[in-house]
Amino acid sequence: MADFLLELRCEEIPARMQAGARVELEKLFRKQLDADGISAEDLTIWSTPRRLALIARGLPLETEATSVEVKGPRVGAPDQAINGFLGRYLAKQEELVERNGIYFLERLAAGRPISRVLQEAVETLVRDFSWPKSMRWGEASVSTDSLRWVRPLSGIVALLDGDVLECDVPGVPVGRETYGHRFHSSGPIVLHHADKAHYLSLLAAEKVIVDHDSRAAIIREGAAKVAADAGLMLVADEGLVIENAGLTEWPVPLLGRFDEGFLDVPPEVIQLTARVNQKYFVCEDAQGKLANAFVCTANIAPIDAAVVVDGNRKVLAARLSDARFFWEQDQKTPLAEHAKKLARITFHEKLGTVADKVERVALMARGLCEEGVVAGDPDLAEQAARLAKADLVTEMVGEFPELQGLMGGYYAAKEGLPQEVAEAIRDHYKPVGQGDDVPTAPLSVAVSLADKLDTIACFFAIDEAPTGSKDPFALRRAALGVIRLIVENDLRVSLKGLITCAWSYAAFVDMVNEIRRLQSGTTGPLLLSHVGRLQPHLGFAAKSDLVSYRQVDGKVDNWSFSAMPWHQIANSIAPTIDPAPVIGFFLDRLKVQQREAGVRHDLIDAVFALGGEHNLVRLLARVHALQAFVTTEDGANLLAGYKRAANILKKEDWRGIEGEISLTGEEDPLSGVDDPDLAPVIAAKMAERHAAAEHLSYTPEPAEKALIDALDAAAPRAAEAVAAERFSDAMAALATLRAPIDRFFEEVTVNAEEANKRAARLTLLARFRDAVHRVADFSRIEG
Amino acid sequence: MSAAPLFTPPARDPSRSFQDMILTLHDFWSAHAGCVILQPYDMRMGAGTFHTATTLRALGPEPWNAAFVQPCRRPTDGRYGENPNRLQHYYQYQVILKPSPSDIQELYLKSLAAIGIDPLAHDIRFVEDDWESPTLGAWGLGWEVWCDGMEVTQFTYFQQMGGFDCKPVAGELTYGLERLAMYIQGVDNVYDLAFNSAGVTYGEVFLENERQMSKWNFEVANTDALFDLFAKAEAECRNALAAGVPIAAYEQAVEASHVFNLLQARGVISVQERASYMGRVRDLARSSCEAYAEKMTPEWQAKYPGWSLV
Repeated sequence: MADFLLELRCEEIPARMQAGARVELEKLFRKQLDADGISAEDLTIWSTPRRLALIARGLPLETEATSVEVKGPRVGAPDQAINGFLGRYLAKQEELVERNGIYFLERLAAGRPISRVLQEAVETLVRDFSWPKSMRWGEASVSTDSLRWVRPLSGIVALLDGDVLECDVPGVPVGRETYGHRFHSSGPIVLHHADKAHYLSLLAAEKVIVDHDSRAAIIREGAAKVAADAGLMLVADEGLVIENAGLTEWPVPLLGRFDEGFLDVPPEVIQLTARVNQKYFVCEDAQGKLANAFVCTANIAPIDAAVVVDGNRKVLAARLSDARFFWEQDQKTPLAEHAKKLARITFHEKLGTVADKVERVALMARGLCEEGVVAGDPDLAEQAARLAKADLVTEMVGEFPELQGLMGGYYAAKEGLPQEVAEAIRDHYKPVGQGDDVPTAPLSVAVSLADKLDTIACFFAIDEAPTGSKDPFALRRAALGVIRLIVENDLRVSLKGLITCAWSYAAFVDMVNEIRRLQSGTTGPLLLSHVGRLQPHLGFAAKSDLVSYRQVDGKVDNWSFSAMPWHQIANSIAPTIDPAPVIGFFLDRLKVQQREAGVRHDLIDAVFALGGEHNLVRLLARVHALQAFVTTEDGANLLAGYKRAANILKKEDWRGIEGEISLTGEEDPLSGVDDPDLAPVIAAKMAERHAAAEHLSYTPEPAEKALIDALDAAAPRAAEAVAAERFSDAMAALATLRAPIDRFFEEVTVNAEEANKRAARLTLLARFRDAVHRVADFSRIEG
Repeated sequence: MSAAPLFTPPARDPSRSFQDMILTLHDFWSAHAGCVILQPYDMRMGAGTFHTATTLRALGPEPWNAAFVQPCRRPTDGRYGENPNRLQHYYQYQVILKPSPSDIQELYLKSLAAIGIDPLAHDIRFVEDDWESPTLGAWGLGWEVWCDGMEVTQFTYFQQMGGFDCKPVAGELTYGLERLAMYIQGVDNVYDLAFNSAGVTYGEVFLENERQMSKWNFEVANTDALFDLFAKAEAECRNALAAGVPIAAYEQAVEASHVFNLLQARGVISVQERASYMGRVRDLARSSCEAYAEKMTPEWQAKYPGWSLV
């Protein structure tokens, strides 16, 4: 068995690329070994900013001998050719195998020594290594074919046990010498054998901790310790730990202080400034408040730590000065003024500016409150929505886009706006991810819901629905947000209604824009209506007294809206788009989301397929009750009975009593239906049949009677329970049908010879099916 | 009788004098890599990278090693002399080494040591920062170099310039001189920097300039005249291109770029127009680089048989 050490040294690898590089190195190395049918007993990969290292232990000394088929001359070739071939492989004539008119020869290829395998592996992986971005360098780069690496590759250590592996990487020395820390070490370090402990300890002596996990641990624990030593708590940040481990070979966490005056700036801003720009941790005091301290991670054991800390402090102070400048500057302008600048920012070329979006969202947020969907004050909801996007044009959010919403909330509070308005501005992007909290304050819910619904409805209106893995406008995330807002806040509202509403508002805002353009004499496309689907109908609006205007010489010179509240005007505009694709999109999102909660997607389909259920809260309550039921023994058996009944009805093509009309003998079963003369005849016949169905013309068998009685009792109970949203009760009612249906199938022949019995029994099964169906479409349930 | 030297230069004191720091860098690079020490380009430009010694010389196969100070104009960064860090006019120190030598990082670190930065006393870090200039059709990979958390140098391996692959690749170092000096001198306000060892401060040299130029950039500059200048530079660039003098064309592209920056500072270019103006500047700069590379190619190929532009 042999051990192998490979170290690829280069100039500083970006921290964010190191984890991927380790994966790539392992993948390529294993691929090479696999190709030769060998593997290592143990493979370790490490990285620092300046090296990738691989140690493979327990490699075989050579590959297995393999049998190889050599292609020879064709059958009937001149003897000279055949003898030449035989001579070349020292083979005899009888060893030749004939196939498709060609001679083949089996030969055993000897195993290759491990050194050959590794040599090829190194040469190949250096050539094929895939970096997110790579570059050329040095004299060789006079040709674009020169070696590429993430930064210049400066040297390679390749040791097979104690020997240097011969391999050729153009322009890069290969040997047993490596280098230690850039500043704490000088001169080469000679490695004697491919051994983990040997490699780690020699480098550690030269202040390089090769194992990235060890460096991460030093930073994680060291940063926490320096904070604790100062009587503070480190704000844990694993992303920063990994990043700093990727920036250092000898990490030394150091704590510094900044001017307390900066604490006037919101803590999120300070944390982000420290984190993003400087890669520093921050700390909290005993009360959980942000402290005026930071922890930086040096890459040296400094002569005087205070000097390094002081330098970092100055840089952070300059950054925080900028942040404080933004913070103070932004507050000089009220949010309402900032919001005006949104008219200059394009939301989407077909959907207008962010100001247009704000207009739509404001109308909808108000509408949600006025309609009582959300128990918030309509005026405040509209105000919050109108200001919600204003922070996008502030200096602070320009610098730190991730602070959107949060800054708006701070600025609103500083302006003295009502607290719930400030909170709604702050929280209206929520929930952002799966783990994110869902807003519960009414105004926040109204604005968040309106914002997301507008986005989804409008992008669907311009045919920008997500496809496959493409979801450039994050509509799936928005839909998930809508679902969670509705479900977690128990909002009793129709999804279909909400979507239609969003389109109404969009059409209305379009209409207003058009009127304004007419008024100013400018022209421009109608944003949504130009796709030919949403018709804001200026004419319609005028006709219905929503707006009035006068046109003089083709120019509108006077216009006004009626005294109706705007959202009511908007509501009276009926969109002409089919909401089904959007509903389907939401349903898919709902299934994905509920799957994680253990809810079966077929049960969601079973309830949704009944149609008309666009209230997500009710839908889910029904699904939950259904799931509880179908997993019981009664439920499973009832489902089986339902399927049997449905199958029989399908097989017999039973269309109920009306369906039997075809028995008149006419070729076209419906030929007489519309005949005015025949109508009374048919009506009379139907009445007779219905009466017959209600009063059996024969004495039912006991099992048949039992099912009739059970249905008579259960069907109204189930229907009543569904209407009252007592879904468990509905299921309980269905459960009483299980024994009678089982018995019916056991004892009663459906396809009786007598036509009246057959019809009555099929009708009974149809009644059973319909009763079950009123609770859920059991045909959609799997199993 | 032996001839007494007429003049013995005094010992440099880079940690206490801005000009000594610059002179030390000149000394250092003059002694390394065979650098030519150039003077600033005599035009207003936003970055040292615009100097023809960087852009145009990054093209072609010939070795080229140069170092120079380039004054940079960033009109929108002006703060009327009231901000301790931000200036509308400041200095960059540029080093361009083509092809990039294998010990370029070591050379750079030695230059820091020469101006008084001890890497065992200060935490020096190479932090990923790639560079891209759509205007010049150029990009490269590299780092910003941190000294105790402060960015002191941009370090780039040019991969493309003027839309052409760099063959070979050049290494470019851009030192922010004021920042570096503030760090070395331990000064928090740029105007407090010692410019020389005789008591002259940076503020004495530049504070009034910053006040007046900030006012001019933001408030005074005649925008009609600037629009006119832009159009004229654009036209002259085309004229020079047509006449087969791409270096002259490139100068006009640099001029147009600066005039555009001034128009930005005056706030007279809308968001929509901005993209269009940038596109025009980019077109001028790239056309000039392309024309230069194409014009020089026969000469380069004669000297380096087998070399090709693309």
